[in-house]
Amino acid sequence: MKDSLLDVKRLRTHFYTDDGVIAAVDGVDFSLGPGETLGLVGESGCGKSVTALSVMRLIPTPPGRIAEGEIRFAGEDLLAKTESEMRTIRGNEIAMVFQEPMTSLNPVFTVGDQIIEAIVLHQRLGRREAHVQAVEMLGRVGIPSPEHRVNDYPHEMSGGMRQRVMIAISLSCNPRLLILDEPTTALDVTIQAQILDLLSKLRAESETAILLITHDLGVVAEFADRVAVMYAGQVVECADVPSMFEQPVHPYTIGLLRSIPKLNEARNRLQTIEGVVPSPFSMPEGCRFHPRCEYAMDVCRERAPDLRALRPGHDVRCFFPLV
Amino acid sequence: MESRVLLRVENLVKYFSVAHGAFARKRMSEVRAVDGISFHVYGGETFGLVGESGCGKSTTGRLIIRLEEPTSGRVRFEGQDIFGLSREALRGIRREMQIVFQDPYASLNPRMSVRDIVAEPLIVHGIGHDSERTEKVAELLEIVGLDAGHAIRYPHEFSGGQRQRIGVARALALNPRLLILDEPVSALDVSVQGQVINLLQDLQQELGLTYIFIAHDLSVVKHISDRVAVMYLGKIVELAGKEEIFAAPQHPYTEALLSSIPVPDPRAERDRILLDGDVPSPMKPPPGCRFHTRCRYSQKICMIEQPSLTDLGNGHYCACHLRTGQTS
Repeated sequence: MKDSLLDVKRLRTHFYTDDGVIAAVDGVDFSLGPGETLGLVGESGCGKSVTALSVMRLIPTPPGRIAEGEIRFAGEDLLAKTESEMRTIRGNEIAMVFQEPMTSLNPVFTVGDQIIEAIVLHQRLGRREAHVQAVEMLGRVGIPSPEHRVNDYPHEMSGGMRQRVMIAISLSCNPRLLILDEPTTALDVTIQAQILDLLSKLRAESETAILLITHDLGVVAEFADRVAVMYAGQVVECADVPSMFEQPVHPYTIGLLRSIPKLNEARNRLQTIEGVVPSPFSMPEGCRFHPRCEYAMDVCRERAPDLRALRPGHDVRCFFPLV
Repeated sequence: MESRVLLRVENLVKYFSVAHGAFARKRMSEVRAVDGISFHVYGGETFGLVGESGCGKSTTGRLIIRLEEPTSGRVRFEGQDIFGLSREALRGIRREMQIVFQDPYASLNPRMSVRDIVAEPLIVHGIGHDSERTEKVAELLEIVGLDAGHAIRYPHEFSGGQRQRIGVARALALNPRLLILDEPVSALDVSVQGQVINLLQDLQQELGLTYIFIAHDLSVVKHISDRVAVMYLGKIVELAGKEEIFAAPQHPYTEALLSSIPVPDPRAERDRILLDGDVPSPMKPPPGCRFHTRCRYSQKICMIEQPSLTDLGNGHYCACHLRTGQTS
């Protein structure tokens, strides 16, 4: 796509273990335009985090390896970059916020130092100027008395505050792409609301494109422009948010949306998707979802469907999308 | 649903002493995890206990089955004072109350087979001999939707949802009357949560169980509960029937909690009440109403006097000066 900031095509990221090869990501395609927010949604083990780490080239190699595919960022192929070139991109043009704020912040450095580190590295400012900027960033992310909190250690802050610090670090160099990996999953729901509100404001102030990885469809509905649903390492449906929620066409997406208990609906029994996600060591033949699909036909058991455009802007990986 | 009271909790308090600070500055502080709560649970109902991390809901669940000793207060199960029982008598009561834990990966001993895990309560209470236990285990596994043949396997061979089912089977082994479900589906994927919740509801119907369902996920709580209590910093701030509390929350915290749930519907109206700041530390709860520091309606009396949980009519209880007309 011409205008896109990030273009991921045919991505396959494999892990080579003693028990065999795990194709954690096995066919992921999506693109993201400048200023756009794409939600990458799926349940545990579907490969969404590995996708994000692949984009950042943070897959430990060995045992991992990007086996196939293209990752184009602002027209350049990230897979062709050297590690030292990637280091100038990470934290600078592409930044990432991880799920667990406690383990992603260094416990022996103050939060100020950790923001300053990114600024000094990428913007070549002196420490004093970097310090001023760090305090400003903390204020921007809604931390009260930032001039004092800048000297706090991570353990002196709550989960919500630490996540704000992570966001401050990630935005300190004005990245063009921000990857958020389950940024609010570890937080209480009222704190989650604060963080999402903060991210909305920050997003409105800048042109940052956001790749939001989450299992929470409510967060996607609120926050994303478009959404890609992943299952067993592949993107199975991709569309803009209103279309995805109003007219989902892949049986997995439909099943997922139906199985969420909703506050404004009363039901006697929750609808579920029969069965469990397949183990990477025993992927079904044909369509990966077919053993759990109530609409499966013979061809689904024999051949694997490709991701195809059903209509402009709405892709699906299914022989019989439910239109 | 019977309307007989099965469990009564009266002014339950649990403070944990913690050492605070480092080296020479060490001092003792108290975490006021549960700070005077009272409620009752009817036989056959599902009582939802909801709140965010640190509100005291899990501690409450553990106190009820006496996995923790209280600082003060009483829990009466069918009239019997749990904390006053001798060890022998407590053993007997323990058969009636069981617990299912949150983490399906940590609550099953990885070195025990499923059979051993599910049969353990039977062994502890000296029930039946070996072949009878094997039979009972098979029965329990089938009840929770697993295969009797799974008994010889080990926990690591199962998915999270399956492990949770094993936890439920273990909890049912002694034919309890009351099950404490401590965040039983929080660690599970959404499509699996539904399976376990449906199972719990079916079991409740078939076996006449009473549930105390502890969770932070309000949509799940709404689905499964009959009545719901909302906790904040060790106190119950609101308690009502489920329809009532979700349709017309009376406490400002409940209001904010409900409004912050992301709705999986892009067209939905979002009237979000954003709370300011973080939950205060349970070591130093604010004076007066615990919630006043983050409450948009806070008045002078809220900073001075703790509101008591008051009946607003038709069983809807709320601890808020605003609602009980005590503001000037």
